[in-house]
Formats: sequence, structure tokens, C-alpha cells
Amino acid sequence: MDTNPIITELEKTLLRTDSLPDFRVGDTVRVHYKIVEGDKDRIQVFQGVVLKRHRAGARSTFTVRKISFSIGVERVFLSHSPRIDKVEIVARGIVRRARLLYLRDLEGKAARVRDKKDN
Amino acid sequence: MNTSPGVYGRKVGNTQIFTDDGNVKRVTVIEAGPITVIGKRTKERDGYNALIFGFGERKEKHTTKPLAGQYAAEKGLFKEANTKAKRTVKELRCDDEFYGKFEIGAVLKLEEIFKEGELIDAQGLTRGRGFTGVMKRWGFSGFPATHGTHEYRRHGGSIGTNMTPGRTLPNVKMGGQYGNETVSTLNLKVVKIIADKHLLLIEGGTPGSKGGLVLIRQAVKKKGKRKAI
Repeated sequence: MDTNPIITELEKTLLRTDSLPDFRVGDTVRVHYKIVEGDKDRIQVFQGVVLKRHRAGARSTFTVRKISFSIGVERVFLSHSPRIDKVEIVARGIVRRARLLYLRDLEGKAARVRDKKDN
Repeated sequence: MNTSPGVYGRKVGNTQIFTDDGNVKRVTVIEAGPITVIGKRTKERDGYNALIFGFGERKEKHTTKPLAGQYAAEKGLFKEANTKAKRTVKELRCDDEFYGKFEIGAVLKLEEIFKEGELIDAQGLTRGRGFTGVMKRWGFSGFPATHGTHEYRRHGGSIGTNMTPGRTLPNVKMGGQYGNETVSTLNLKVVKIIADKHLLLIEGGTPGSKGGLVLIRQAVKKKGKRKAI
């Protein structure tokens, strides 16, 4: 379904001006996320594998999964949120799917994504 | 009766926006205007005070003569307000203060009527769903899909008792027409006003379909108002 041109126009104003690096599904990323505590804010880093990217203009999101104390944690970030300070790419993964939901059923060594070594 | 200041608009659709602190708000976008006051109902002539709003474009040839002012020049709405033909013409009964603010031909400014963060009521015609069963209309659970249910899956069950009172009580929830009724959603918040594009961003949902007419007014049942009395 086409989005109404008025809404398309409105959402254009919400896009972030500093574009995030071009990370893909399967990459390992470090997301620097601003957390507001009272009147102070600090930056928290969330590192994990990108499970999926939902590309929808200003409403785009991406999901990052990590294993924290042997418990899987997934977090959905809004790509254009002003709370995201920056995203670093730690490793490029080689994957053959657009959504890595199968990682949820795997544990330990099986739940790794093959690395793309540069060159 | 709600006589607080308000405007008519068209629902454009829903989206989300980021607030200054980085949170996300889900909003309904209302295109309200530019609205021209194309006429006034007066107490002396009509028995009540109301502003007549017109907005949206309409071709001259599609305009009826009483509206266009070709038939009776002194009474035609568009001619009097000296504007082009408007697609939507709606009356708004309002209090004297708001009524007195505008002359015929004036163009409403959204930022003067609403403030960001203010509570409003939204009234619209909900999407018509036709004759609907109890599951959709009233949220009944229906009956099990298996275990021998025989031709009784989306039914409502019993509608009353036997001898006492020997009849079905009034207002028992049954199937029937659902939707296509005027509904007001109270105390929604204005998140943002984009004055140059005549857009109102309202937190949450408003009744009606996209493109449907919505009446936005300052809230009647604002919190704390009752205490003041």
C-alpha cells in the first residue's frame, strides 16, 4: 500500500542526518545508545549479531541479538532514533538469509555466524 | 454541548515521530485546512451562533447554485466570503469568544486555536463493518473448533433464561450493524502543529477511515476541570 504523500513528506524530516554505516544482517555491531537518567545521560553499548533489518523509511528498525550470561537478549533499535549515538561494525558475517531467526534455536558454537575476513 | 473551539479536518493516516527527548510517539496526522470562515449563523437570523467552515477544493461546475452564490448573490456562501468553491462545508457551534474572533472570509490559523501538548477530543465516523456477528462486534469468544461442535462455532450462546422472566432482556449483545457511527475519542494530546502545511499531529488514534472527516475540539472533560467547580 502506498503511503500518503503528506506522511512521506513528514517522515522525511525525521530521518537522521548522520547516516549509520551500511551494516547488514549477520554483521556483528556495537550500538552506542544514549540512556537518559534524570537529567544526565550516558551511553550504553549493546554488541551482538544483526538478526533482521526492517527497512521502512523513518520507521526502520534493526534487531540485534546477543548472549548475555548465557541468556539470549534481543533488542530492536529504531534506525533513525536520536538516541542512537553511533553504530560500529565489528565483523562482517556471511549469511544466506534476510532474517536470521534460526539463531534463536541454536546454542553455543552452532549459534555463530561465519565471518567475512577482509580480502 | 461542546462549544469549545475546534476545526474540521481530514485524517491522512498514522505514523510515528521522535520527540525531543528521543522517545517515539505514535501519531495520527490530520490535515486541517486551510480553513476559511465562509459564513456565520447568527442568533437573530438562525436561532444559534455557529461558524461555517469551508476547506478543500471543489470545481466551480460541481458547486450547487445556492452555495456558489450565482443564484442569489447576496446569500451565496462562497461569494460572500470571496473565496473559491470549497469541497467541504461544515458548521461548528461554538462559544461567543471563538465566534466573535472571526469575520467572514477569515482563514483559520491552527497555531492560534491549539497549543502543542493540549488535550483535544476527536470526533469522526467509524469505518462501517456492516452486519456483524457477536465475535467481531462484541468480542465474544465463540465456541471450540473441535470436540464435536456442530454448526455452532461463531455463535453467542444463550440470550436469556426460560420462565423467569420468559423473555429476552433488552440490550442483550447480539449481531447487527457495526461501525458507521459517530464516535468521539476524548482527551487525546496534540503532539505537534505544522502550521505551514496545516497539519495536526495527534497522539494515538482517531475514529474513522483515512480521508475521513474528523472534528477536533479542545477537550470538554479535561482532567481537573471538575475540581474547579
